[in-house]
Amino acid sequence: MPAAKSLFDKVWDAHAVRELPDGQTQLFIGLHLIHEVTSPQAFAQLREMDLRVRFPQRTFATVDHIIPTDSQRRPLADSLAEEMLVHLERNCAEHGIQLYLPSSGKQGIVHVIGPELGLTQPGMTIACGDSHTSTHGAFGAIAFGIGTSQVRDVLATQCLALNKPKLRRIEVTGKLAAGVYAKDVILHIIRRLGVNGGVGFAYEYAGPVIDAMSMEERLTVCNMSIEGGARVGYVSPDEIAIDYLRGREFSPKGAAWDRAVAYWRSIASDAGAPCDDRVELAAREIAPTITWGINPGQALGVDEALPLLSQVPDDERAGFAEACEFMGFAPGQKIAGTKIDVAFIGSCTNGRISDLREAARVARGGKVAPGVRALVVPGSQQVAKQAEAEGLHEIFRSAGFQWREAGCSMCLAMNPDKLMGREICASSSNRNFKGRQGSPTGRTLLMSPVMVAAAALAGRVVDVRERL
Amino acid sequence: MAAIVERVEGTACVLRGDDIDTDRIIPARYLRCVTFDGIGQHAFEDDRKQAKGNHALDDARFAGAGILIVGRNFGCGSSREHAPQALMRFGFNAFIGASFAEIFHGNCTALGLPCVTLGERDLTALMDSVELDPAQRVIVDLAARTVSSRAGVMPAAIHDGTRQALLEGSWNATAVLIEAGAAIERTANALPYVAGFEAR
Repeated sequence: MPAAKSLFDKVWDAHAVRELPDGQTQLFIGLHLIHEVTSPQAFAQLREMDLRVRFPQRTFATVDHIIPTDSQRRPLADSLAEEMLVHLERNCAEHGIQLYLPSSGKQGIVHVIGPELGLTQPGMTIACGDSHTSTHGAFGAIAFGIGTSQVRDVLATQCLALNKPKLRRIEVTGKLAAGVYAKDVILHIIRRLGVNGGVGFAYEYAGPVIDAMSMEERLTVCNMSIEGGARVGYVSPDEIAIDYLRGREFSPKGAAWDRAVAYWRSIASDAGAPCDDRVELAAREIAPTITWGINPGQALGVDEALPLLSQVPDDERAGFAEACEFMGFAPGQKIAGTKIDVAFIGSCTNGRISDLREAARVARGGKVAPGVRALVVPGSQQVAKQAEAEGLHEIFRSAGFQWREAGCSMCLAMNPDKLMGREICASSSNRNFKGRQGSPTGRTLLMSPVMVAAAALAGRVVDVRERL
Repeated sequence: MAAIVERVEGTACVLRGDDIDTDRIIPARYLRCVTFDGIGQHAFEDDRKQAKGNHALDDARFAGAGILIVGRNFGCGSSREHAPQALMRFGFNAFIGASFAEIFHGNCTALGLPCVTLGERDLTALMDSVELDPAQRVIVDLAARTVSSRAGVMPAAIHDGTRQALLEGSWNATAVLIEAGAAIERTANALPYVAGFEAR
């Protein structure tokens, strides 16, 4: 019997073109996703080197970061954004790359449309010039966030030169309590293992809690792997992944579907597959989790208080004090009750249909608190269409939320959706870095979409478990 | 072939703090561009404004520094290559730290900028030494795997593959990857999904 192997090793080995003279691996990339922000310089360099895109049929593009969510009419009001979009259109046309513009009805955040179109499949290697590419690992793909020079590498050769990371298996045992979501699981993992705990590792998520999750929940978990320092995060494919892919636009059809399913099953991690490290976390310890600081590891259960300075390890005290000062929080302060100015539901972390359904359950019949600006930004046009078919947009609108068009929006504020001044935002996105949401002094509290919806109605951070 | 990077020598700048993310290194509004031209002037723009002149990059003692000394998990967050591009265009050619976020590290390598790590005690000693005497020369020696300064000669860690790529001048990976030639297509064609799971 062959030795037990992890999905990571199987997929890595199948895609290894050769060992490079410097000891790195030349890895074939099965799917390259591109967008307007990190690709224009890569295409320019390709042109300078007189090279073509090697596998244009394995390259797909969309526009997400800079797209406005109030009106996507061309030309875009921001001339810099318009110029980036024009470059993307020109580059895709010149190299024969499929581009999903708003006019296609399939535009959206690159990490939302990959899965929903069936482009993302188990056993693939995937690269995209965006750190949240780890999202696609939810299907059992090995997906790398890369920079612009590496986008050029993949355009030119469909390959990356990589050092092979180590593997850490994270098992979440037990069963999640009501009001506790995938977002809370990944925030809890990052809180426990640290924002740099995953550097040099790929994360394999497993255990009963992950097994019981829907694909959309697994996408949320894998999405934030990079926030824990791990460039790659994945879940072995199972019946839930296979069911999700059935009938998608790019999913195999007919006899090819059966062969695909057999292949997908074959690349799952074998029982007892070796790994370099193993961590077990218990679901019963996970409460609705919320960040209070300036990195995603600075998180608390919603019923907890910030630690006292004396409770913070020596080497984290400077960062703790800096975060308290920036956020305007005192050590020992409770996080529940914090007043908010803005509520943002959306992003590649939590902008999918199940996120909107859950948030709408909380929003239904309520009213956004006076003085709170609340936005719902669907992750893709298809998510928006589905939500509208279910009447979710009306629930949000009548509660006083703005219903927007698809894009990255206030997750990173490259479009007009921004915090102003020192506003505090309850956000379903992935990063609470200083200035992340568009105002250099703006403040972000990361939480699940239902917690955002509850905070929007209350005007302050509340424990959603009291409202379900 | 890209330039061979064996050692980087120059004065250094000490930027204290852990988990400094790429949004801080280059705020997202400066990603609205189709070239990297002019991005260097915006390095750490918001942090510098908030520090009101007290930021390391505005410290006259560190003016003209070619090496940036940082803490733990430097460059975490967004994959934007705009971050190392901005720091390179500001004038930094090498980074010394406790640890580096992986994508930032890869982006630096792709630009021929070495990131080396020191043990905790050595890093503190180096930071203290450079702050006391900012005019001193600091040498990042990749061949010897050391960082030298008035604080002494310290063992520096760097991933073997990355070090080799810098020493051989093969850090511009595109040229190296192209050399695989038809082996790329052979690997692709052996993957069932590339052929659409057609029967073989």
